[in-house]
Amino acid sequence: MNDQPLWLTFIFAFLIMNVLLIGMAYMTYFERKMLGAMQDRMGPTRTGPKGLLQPIADGIKLLGKEDLIPRAADKWVFFFAPLIVFVTAIVGAAVIPFGGTINAFGRDLNLYITDLNVGALFVLAFSSIGVYGIILGAWASSNRYSLLGGLRAAAQVVSYEIILGLSLVGVFMLAGSLSLRDIMLEQQTNLELGPLTVKNWFILSQPLAFILFMIAAVAETNRAPFDLPEAESELVSGFHTEYSAFRFSFYFLGEYISMIVVSLFAATLFLGGPSGPGSSDHWYLGILYILIKAIVFLFFYIWLRATLPRFRYDQLMGLAWKVLLPLVILNIVVTAAIRLASDGLLF
Amino acid sequence: MGLIDDRFDKNVFVTSLDFVFNWARRSSLWWLQFGLACCAIEMIAASMSRFDLAERFGMLFRASPRQADLMIVAGTVTKKMAPVVRTLYDQMPEPKWVVSMGSCANVGGPFDTYAVVQGVDQVVPVDIYVPGCPPTPEALYFGILELQNKVIKYETMAKKQGAVAAEEQRMRDRAEAMAAIRA
Repeated sequence: MNDQPLWLTFIFAFLIMNVLLIGMAYMTYFERKMLGAMQDRMGPTRTGPKGLLQPIADGIKLLGKEDLIPRAADKWVFFFAPLIVFVTAIVGAAVIPFGGTINAFGRDLNLYITDLNVGALFVLAFSSIGVYGIILGAWASSNRYSLLGGLRAAAQVVSYEIILGLSLVGVFMLAGSLSLRDIMLEQQTNLELGPLTVKNWFILSQPLAFILFMIAAVAETNRAPFDLPEAESELVSGFHTEYSAFRFSFYFLGEYISMIVVSLFAATLFLGGPSGPGSSDHWYLGILYILIKAIVFLFFYIWLRATLPRFRYDQLMGLAWKVLLPLVILNIVVTAAIRLASDGLLF
Repeated sequence: MGLIDDRFDKNVFVTSLDFVFNWARRSSLWWLQFGLACCAIEMIAASMSRFDLAERFGMLFRASPRQADLMIVAGTVTKKMAPVVRTLYDQMPEPKWVVSMGSCANVGGPFDTYAVVQGVDQVVPVDIYVPGCPPTPEALYFGILELQNKVIKYETMAKKQGAVAAEEQRMRDRAEAMAAIRA
């Protein structure tokens, strides 16, 4: 499985990390431009040609700011908490397959960093460890707004983690594996729909799971309309109220990178990952397709933010436990019944 | 501005670095989201769709003073509010700038009373004064552009050639700009 030399994997991991960091920087630019377009504004135009240097200016400025640590803060926890958010966000990308094994430069290269047999679980696990960074940072700031934001984040992530995990159970039952590479390969088989022959993307067989996954993913990454942990109108800036300069930007990086990773994850699970016309012959087309699919999801995030107002806290909890949880269990039961029936094991 | 000012000799590396950092600071002046009186309404209007002051110049509203670079004091500063304004200013990390917007914040405006601070510069150091009652969005623009010039041009210049030369250059540029408007 992982039969390539370790240094090649390191190089590929290094590339992925840098692409994610640059992608994150330009994700903020994309977001500001798209929000501008949706609100009939222009977005950044003055920094560099068409405002393209805006993320770089923001980054350099945050590097040059004073690093304030409140006197009452718990210094070590305050220092480490943003790093937890940042690292756990970026680690999830390690199991995303950008294609199968290709033959280039006279060797067999894997277009994924590693192929864990519990890959999907790995992504979910790290996204739930990420919330520790939020809670610890909020508590260490010794600020009441931060603490409230942290508590909200904890309750929200715990609730939506369940929806996120359970919505994928149907996919795992159909694919018969938790490995993202196996799930990707399963979606490259053909599916007969009467006269049509289409690729077996799991969005076709699991539409309800896909919708539930998207809702839970928005809540999991603390984005609007579920951005209660950092609700400006109630909690100043929520859990990062006391964070300034580069420590704040680690939270920012973590949030945007986890958005990108969740988008890649959703593209792999439901939209066939790198599958598309011509992708079986040309591996670079596969990479292009998975990136396009991820960008569609990222656009969806921005679209939601520009459209919907923020939920009230009890509505958020009610939605998770009273609406989404029964639906997701229904989806599991129906999928299991159909799977058993198709194997002739039911009745 | 900044805590590391004047710690190093002036040479080509330090001044080039100054330029890069000043460029970044100019381009990304995140702005503390607070308003005191009717000028705040005009400030909000300036940042909405029609004028889009905030996003076009790379500025963002930040609710927390810890993440802000620029404080726009928009409105009447009463004596009861002055300690709060000062606290917010102290909570902002260096480097930070203050724009005083409107006559009340500049000099107390029409409120020459026992309850109103006669100019916010008695409470916090002000970089740019924007006149008007209230200033139009265009006037606020001009103030922000002047502040950006101050940050990138005159502060870099003040380090290289001294504060007096930078101030003289600023007055010359100002006279040129006014002549261009009148022509």
